[in-house]
Parts: sequence; C-alpha cells; structure tokens
Amino acid sequence: MESRSPIKRIISIRGMGQVLTVTVGLIIICAIFGIINPIFLSWGNTSNLLRQIAPILLIGIGQSYVLITGNIDLSIGSVVGMGCMMSATLMTKGVSPFVSCLITMVACLAIGATNGVLVARFKLPPFIATLGTMTIARGIAQIVNNNYNTNSIGEGAQWFRDFFYYGKTLGIYNPVWIALVLWVVFNFILSSTATGRHIYAVGSNAEAARLSGVSTFGTIMKAYLISSFCAGVVGFVNCATSGAGTMDSGTSYEMYAVAAAVIGGVSTLGGTGILLGTVIGAAIWGVLQNGLQFAGAPVAWRNIVIGVIVIVSVLLDVLLRMGKKTKKTEVKQAGAKQNG
Amino acid sequence: MAEYIVEMEHITKIFPGVVALDDVQFKLKPGEVLAFLGENGAGKSTLMKILSGVYTKDHGTFRVDGEVIENLTASKARDLGIAIIHQELNMCGHLTVAENIFLGREEKTFLRLDNKKMNQAAHEILKELGINMDPATLIGDLPVSKQQMVEIAKALYSKARILIMDEPTSALSAAEITELFRIIRKLRDEGCAIVYISHRMEEIDMIADRIIILRDGRYITSMDYKDTNMDQIISHMVGREIKEKFPRVSCERGNKIMEIRNLNAGRLVRDINLELYAGEIVGIAGLMGAGRTETTRAIFGIDPKDSGEILLDGNAVEINKPSDAINAGIALAPEDRKLGGLCTKLSVKENIALPNLDILCNALQVVNREKESEMTGKAVRDLKIRLAGSDVLAGSLSGGNQQKVVIGKWLARNSRVVIFDEPTRGVDVAAKVEIYNLMNELKLQGIAVMFVSSEMPEVLGISDRVLVMCDGKITADLSNENLTQEEIFQYATQFEKKMNA
Repeated sequence: MESRSPIKRIISIRGMGQVLTVTVGLIIICAIFGIINPIFLSWGNTSNLLRQIAPILLIGIGQSYVLITGNIDLSIGSVVGMGCMMSATLMTKGVSPFVSCLITMVACLAIGATNGVLVARFKLPPFIATLGTMTIARGIAQIVNNNYNTNSIGEGAQWFRDFFYYGKTLGIYNPVWIALVLWVVFNFILSSTATGRHIYAVGSNAEAARLSGVSTFGTIMKAYLISSFCAGVVGFVNCATSGAGTMDSGTSYEMYAVAAAVIGGVSTLGGTGILLGTVIGAAIWGVLQNGLQFAGAPVAWRNIVIGVIVIVSVLLDVLLRMGKKTKKTEVKQAGAKQNG
Repeated sequence: MAEYIVEMEHITKIFPGVVALDDVQFKLKPGEVLAFLGENGAGKSTLMKILSGVYTKDHGTFRVDGEVIENLTASKARDLGIAIIHQELNMCGHLTVAENIFLGREEKTFLRLDNKKMNQAAHEILKELGINMDPATLIGDLPVSKQQMVEIAKALYSKARILIMDEPTSALSAAEITELFRIIRKLRDEGCAIVYISHRMEEIDMIADRIIILRDGRYITSMDYKDTNMDQIISHMVGREIKEKFPRVSCERGNKIMEIRNLNAGRLVRDINLELYAGEIVGIAGLMGAGRTETTRAIFGIDPKDSGEILLDGNAVEINKPSDAINAGIALAPEDRKLGGLCTKLSVKENIALPNLDILCNALQVVNREKESEMTGKAVRDLKIRLAGSDVLAGSLSGGNQQKVVIGKWLARNSRVVIFDEPTRGVDVAAKVEIYNLMNELKLQGIAVMFVSSEMPEVLGISDRVLVMCDGKITADLSNENLTQEEIFQYATQFEKKMNA
C-alpha cells in the first residue's frame, strides 16, 4: 500500500473518478470557447472569470457539505441576500465595515442554526425546512432597509469593497483568494478530520453513525452552519461588487450551488463527493456563463445550455456507475463460485 | 463458572396498550453462547434493546458485573462493553472497512485523522479474527457476509464483552455460516458472552450452550442445551406441541401448466429447463448465489432474458416485464418483503388491491371501494392474517403477517403459477406452518407452486419435487421420496469445474 506512486494514490481517492471526468469536460469546454473567441483565453478575461467563479465555489462548498450529509440547503440564496442587505444597511448607518460584517455573519449563522435544528432535531424534511428559512431570510433582507435597496455604502467602506471584490493580491483578485483559503480550510475539515468523516457517515447511513456514537445532530448542524457561513461571505462579496445592498441579491444561488456540487460529483443522496469536484463544478458553471457570453449567445440560450450540462454530467456518472456495478457483481459471483 | 456478567430480574416494559415484557428474568455468563428464543413478538428484541440502552425498563433490576445499572443509554452500554449486531446491518456503505470500524472513535493526531494507523489497527483486528480483508475496501463493495464480519470486528474493537447477534445468518451461505460460527466460538473461548437470536433451529443445535425462551413477553425457561431437545424447545416457544412441523397433503398431479425451455439471463441463469404441474409443489434448493432468485426474476420479467421460451398450457407467452407475467397468471412473492413485496407505507388493503386494480376498477379507472373491501376482507380471512383492521399500515405488521399479505396480493386473482422466494425467512415457527398450509391450499386448488428456499428441512418437508441449482444451472430434478439433505447438498455443489476435472 505504501509503495503506490503519488499519481495512483490521487486517482484512488474516493470520488476522484467523477472529478477527472468533469475536468476533461472543463478543458474541452475551455478549448471550444477559446477557438470561438480567442479573447476568452486572455489573462484579462481569465482573472475576471476566476472572480466570477469564486462566489459560486463558496456557496458550492456550503451546499456540498449539506448534500453529503444527505440533506439540502435551499436558504443559501436568501442568506446571500441577507448578508448583502444587512451589511450594506449597517454601513450606510455609519457602522464600521468590520463590525457590520460581524453582526451580519451572526444573523446568517442564526439561519443556518435554525436549519440545523429543524432538520436534525425536529426531523423536518430538509426541503421543507430550508424552503421556509429561504423565504424568511429573503423577508429579512427586504425588511432591514424598509423594503428599499440601500444607498451607496460610501467612502469609508472602500477597503471593504477592495477586500471583497476590487482589490488584487499578487495579481489575482481578492475574492479568488478568499475562496481559495476557505476551500483549503473546508477541504481539510471534510477530508482529514473526524468532523468530515462524520459528515460522510451521516449521509451514508445516519442510523449506523448514531449507533457508532456519532452525534447526527451536531454533524448536520455543522454542515448547515458552514453553508450559511459561506453564503454570508458571498453576501459581502455581492455587497462589495455593487457598492450597495440590493434586495434580490443572491436570487437562485442555492440552485447554482447544487449545480456546482452535483456537476463535481457530489451525490444529492448523501455520502459521496469531494470538494475538489465542487471546484471543477463551479468552474464549469462560470466558464459556461462567461464563455457563452463571449460567443455571443443570448441569455435564454445560456440557461438552456447550462441546464443540459447539469443533467448530462450527472447522467454520465449514473450510466458509468451502472456499467461498473454489473461488472462488479459478476466479479463477486465468480468469487462466490470459488468459495462454494 | 457460576458468576453472571448480566443479571436482569423482574423486568417489565409497557408500551401504550401492550405489555411487551412482563416480569422477565435474563442471566448471562461470560464464555457462553446463549440462544435467546421465542416467536416473533415474544419480546426478545425489546429485552435486547433494554440491555443495549435503546429502551429503558419500567420495572425490575438490572446488574452488569454485579453492579446495579440505572438510566442506561446507548453510549453507556457501549462503555460497559455491550454491543449489538442488528439483523439489518448498520454500516456506512460509502466508507471503508477501517473507517466503519473506527467510526465515532477515530484515531487522530491533533485534528487530522490518522488513516494509516487506523488501517493498520483494522488489519490487525481482522487478522486476529482470521478474516482476510483489505481494510481500505469500501463496505458497499463487500457481500453481506463480509460486512457482518466487519460489524463483529467493530464490536470487538470497542472491547465488547457482551455481544448480541440478532438473526446473524439470515443472509449467509452455508460456508459463511461455518466461518461465522468459528469466530463466535473463538470469542466465546476468550470469555466473551454471546447472545444469539435466531429462528433457525439447526443453527441453535450447532452453537448454543444454553437457551432462554420467552413467550408473549413472559419468561418461560432457561436450560442447558445438552439437557433438552428440539421438540421440547419448540413446544416451549409456541406453548403447544406442533405435531407436524411440515404439514404434507397429497393430491393427484395434474396437467402440465408451465414449461420453461432453455432460459438464459446473465451469468446466473443458464440453460434453465423446468416443468411445473398442477397440484404440485416444487422446491428449488441450492447455495447462496446459485441463481435461484435470479431465475425467478427472469421468469417474472424483472430481469431481461437473453434467450429461452416460457410456455403456459402449451402456448408460448412473451414475458418482458412483470405486468406481462401477471396477465399471464404468474405471481411472485419476492425474497425481500420490505424491498420488493410490500409498500410498507400503504395499508394492508391498498397492498392487496395493488396488483388487482384492473379487476377492481370500473371503465373510468375509478376504484370500486366496495369490491376492494370485499377482496381484501376475504384475503385477510383466508390467510388468517391477524389485524386490527385492513387499514393498518403493512409496515407495522410482524414478519409472518407481512409475508401473508404478500401472498394475499396474488390469491385474489386466478393465478396459475405462484412462485415464492424464501417465503419463511425471518418468520417464526407458528407462522411458518401457516405459510406451509397456504402453499398446500394453493396446491389443492390446482395451482402450480414453486418456491426457493435455503432451508433444506423446509425443502424436504414441503415439496413434492426438488430442483437443485448450482452456479446458474439446474443440476438435479429429484422426486422427493427418500431424498436426503446430503443428496441435495451434493448436487448443490456440483460446480462445472469439478465436473470437468
């Protein structure tokens, strides 16, 4: 086991198969867009593209955590809106950006905690529970500034806007760095800590996990909190982007997050998927949006193409697994024959 | 060794409306295999759930190592060394063997999981048990028997001294059972106390040192196994002497109803030829994985056929999907009741009506409620299904009654051929006899009955003819006269390779 080459070891990581497949898909898509319009591959567009992908990756990370536990978080988009509106409102009222973010994040995490309690303690179907909090969070986003978008968050918030959107570090936009750092942290938690292991276990077989002494409540709670945290951060990014709070900020982001996770191989049934896949999934999502724009496709067509890609990528995985399964049962049967 | 590791006395547990346990005592010694017997619903599971901290007792005292235990929880039970291996295995299919063994007790350095250490330790535990397995294999890729070994390994890793096994062999083949028993004996010899729950009497015969019998929530008796015999045990369990474990009725063999010619479907259904006659019960014997279930699935149109012909009353019929088979008059009661036989969240009535809606609906596809009640009422009466009403959920019934509902689905229509796959799995002794009576009833009505069973005594006891399968082929077609288990076993292990060699 120890003598395996690093490449083999990477391939043998669970869920890597799907990730490699979609990576090939991503490269092909990029190549096609590059041929249609060479500007697509320019550094200018690439760095812009990365900045577009960053928020999708962040909410994708959160949704992946929740999906792997076998649940879903529909409140993500509204929490983004809440993060955006709340922080903007506080800043227009003269609260410092730092304190604004802190207060807003607490509110976002409260939504996550509510999701966790409803799903893990009261056993509400996650679809219903988070549909409720989705509506509530959107309502909060509307109420914080009396049903108006906010004015500009002003001069004092310039560092906030630079930090979350406009600024660059080492030639790369800051939101990309934020997404990268958070990805590294959450990927470590998911792949290498007991918490991560428990998240997979709960999604695979919650009863088995519970009987093994794993707190299913705590585990699902953590997943929802992480999801809301990521959504809150994206709310700040959106606020920094427009320089003001908009009430419809983050609309349908929860579905983008599902798409990014699922394209990258996270199963909506729980138990499987890795965050590397979510990176590729978010990248495919961003590349399609950006590339189709460069190729001159109208918005309606972009939606149709992206929808088709989501279905095809999952279908491909299902078909591949079906093929593998029949092969496996045959091997098993041959084994059983020898034992008999 | 007179000292008990577990002493439970005067245990009473009341659920709303039911006294599940009434003044029960239960004692367990270290280093023994205790067979815990009783019909379904006798209270075995309830008592084991109290022992493992899932339920709390209402009355009685409970001591482990002589110390009184109060307010036991599942995690406290685990700390006391009590482990339970459930009938339905509780493993995370997406995680590896080692990850499952260490679930909830992961080894880590600071925050990071130490996978290398856990794999190494898992390897050692498995080796100690004499199981050859790579700890990095995914559980979901392992057969049920191996998963069970992993559950045992997991229990041992948590330093279990009291191991409760609930129907551990229901999904195992003969060779795997032998392997399981080897491990059980090894653990017993090392001082582990093992509670073994099973309906399979021949297994009790092989493994039990002592038995405790419950009936209807009451303690009946405790005996050393060597001082008793099977008839005595069964009569204690059911409270009456079962005269005939296998009721036989004889009737004239009628016309040929179904014939299958050269049926092929995948690797486990190869060149199957068989004939079924009216008024005859045909048993299909064989080892696990011999292709018996697959054959029934292919006949019923669940799995695609590669080639072959099915003839009913001499006419070829095309069966490509289950509805074709139903229309042709073939019924199948599948192996896994919860998976394939019943919609557990629907009522008994709805379940029985489900395959018969074509009969029950009028021209506008509206269900005739009156007819439906009439049909289900008749089925419930005929089958002696014990019910509060036909509106109760199928999932709430005991295993035996569930099986009867599955059968009831098919009795309402005029089926020509009824196929059962493991009809008595997980069913208690008395309900088994009722199912046998039902099969006899069908036989007397001139229906061709075919059943797959892994229990040889049952095959020998109830069938008129026995087909033996091995490795996807029928290796013998034997009339059930003076047939012995040894003879069947010989054909069941007649693998191709051996025949060539």
